[in-house]
Amino acid sequence: MTQYLDFEKPLAVIEGKAEELRMLARSNEGMNVADEAAALDAKAKTLLDNLYKNLTPWRKCQVARHPERPHCGAYIDRLFTDFTPLAGDRNFADDLAVMGGLARFNGQPVMVIGHEKGSDTKSRIERNFGMSRPEGYRKAVRLLNLAGRFKLPVITLVDTPGAYPGKGAEERGQSEAIARSTEACLQIQVPLISIIIGEGGSGGAVAFASADRVAMLEHSIYSVITPEGCASILWKDAEKMREAAEAMRLTAQDLKKLGVIDQIIPEPRGGAHRGPETAIDAVGQTIADMLEELRNEDGATLVKQRRQKFLDMGSKGLTA
Amino acid sequence: MNWIANYVRPRINSIFSRRDTPENLWQKCDDCGTMLFHRELSDNLNVCTSCGHHMQISPRKRFEALFDGGVFAEIKVPQPVVDPLHFRDQKKYPERMRAAQRATGEKDSMLIATGEMGRTPIVAAAQDFSFMGGSMGMYVGNAIVAAAQEAVKLKRPLILFSASGGARMQEGILSLMQMPRTTVAVQMLKEAGLPYIVVLTHPTTGGVTASYAMLGDVQIAEPNALICFAGPRVIEQTIREKLPEGFQRAEYLLDHGMLDRVIDRNSLRDELITITRILLGLPPAVRGDLPPPTPGPAAVAGDATAKPDDDKSAMAKTSEKSAE
Repeated sequence: MTQYLDFEKPLAVIEGKAEELRMLARSNEGMNVADEAAALDAKAKTLLDNLYKNLTPWRKCQVARHPERPHCGAYIDRLFTDFTPLAGDRNFADDLAVMGGLARFNGQPVMVIGHEKGSDTKSRIERNFGMSRPEGYRKAVRLLNLAGRFKLPVITLVDTPGAYPGKGAEERGQSEAIARSTEACLQIQVPLISIIIGEGGSGGAVAFASADRVAMLEHSIYSVITPEGCASILWKDAEKMREAAEAMRLTAQDLKKLGVIDQIIPEPRGGAHRGPETAIDAVGQTIADMLEELRNEDGATLVKQRRQKFLDMGSKGLTA
Repeated sequence: MNWIANYVRPRINSIFSRRDTPENLWQKCDDCGTMLFHRELSDNLNVCTSCGHHMQISPRKRFEALFDGGVFAEIKVPQPVVDPLHFRDQKKYPERMRAAQRATGEKDSMLIATGEMGRTPIVAAAQDFSFMGGSMGMYVGNAIVAAAQEAVKLKRPLILFSASGGARMQEGILSLMQMPRTTVAVQMLKEAGLPYIVVLTHPTTGGVTASYAMLGDVQIAEPNALICFAGPRVIEQTIREKLPEGFQRAEYLLDHGMLDRVIDRNSLRDELITITRILLGLPPAVRGDLPPPTPGPAAVAGDATAKPDDDKSAMAKTSEKSAE
């Protein structure tokens, strides 16, 4: 049973009615509701299409954060084989908000790293809702460098509300850890592909997404701060998140126009959580295409082009 | 209401309010509350003469104290697209920019310059917290990239003074993209074998701390500077407990191994000279208030490795505003 978002209420009503009808038919034999139920289903389908055709930025945020949206682990399970998780930052701890390890993608050896939010209460707490502490970034740095040494292309899956704002995280150098992770991304001499599958939250996302190619799922978001955070700072009212989401231009469609990302990956009707396998396969296809594009580049050229891409950002394709 | 009230009176007032003396001859220390005479405070680089509290200092004033004889040549920063997102919160972004420009007399929140410090040629960058909280947008990114390129071109170290609330939200994702951009700038310096020294000043937070401000070869901070990724208020809201005394302050970071040194603003210049000269393999510096370098062989006599040609560009221009 899908959890409905607040703007999906009309849909919940219709789908609920259809479900009710079917229940009724099951308990009263001889009652024919197939036509009516089918009509309701059709209505629900059109409504879903219309709702998702023009999602406002704030609604996109809600979809991107949907608890049932496929997370990093689901992608790794379906797209990679021989996944061998590697743990720890060799300094302090293993941060479960970041998962990563050796794997094969279509048979090719790669390194995969991503934020994992967890899928039930227990795993969400364990994964700290995908909010990494410094150890998560330091683990990533370690894996990035390992990949660089053994010429393994790196795929990062970004899905984090942001870096964790906690006491210990600050004491252990959250900002330095993020900076080093970004630095490692911009240094490794192997192809680096980043897919934003849910929330691309601020520095925590950049630390993984300073890549050769960056793609975003259709209803994912990528921003400098959460809309709530932006609203509370600039509007002095966190409830103004809708306005903030609008102003910040955080949707995949806007970011493509701004030249920040390279590609938008379509999601199934009603968002990735209504068809996880379709969404994951679409991401897999994009990764395969991008790896193919970068296959023949040598390491030094990749780094040079990657850096140039970020240096050029903001100077090209913007309208004054 | 009428002609006299709307037109004549403001004019008359403006004539009478023009004074040669600064409006506030006395400034109150933010920390201990002592009233400080402006000249005395300014001579002490905005450090309270009573309690040693470090108050904000503008990049221009900092450079005047840093460079020999207060002479430096500003490096031009490529102008980015203004208001790329057409951002509007309660005010339009360009309005906020104009207000900040009027208040500070600067284009944006970073000033970059080249010159000599204890006869050591350097490139310096300083962030201006009074300009929209020193926030990092495309201009700041451009400034850091330009400073790094200039440093590589002239083979000089880069010394950067950070002061920022973080990314400039009005530039949205493009401000976030300054994190990788400025990181690339730092990598240019590292690959050219040039020292990159960061002086973290109050406050340095958010995306700035999480990029160029934490990637220095040597990390220095001014006393009691707030240095963090997430601010104390955000953390208190998240963990719902009181934070320890001095949390996220320079000395606390030093204790936790996040900094090399915490140095008083008045000793900073000497320390920076010592550090850069050692890293560059130059002989020990001549101490004291050095006059501005004069073009010609005399100026570079004490400096075995500097090329005279390189130095001339640094002496081309004198700072327009004087210390007083």
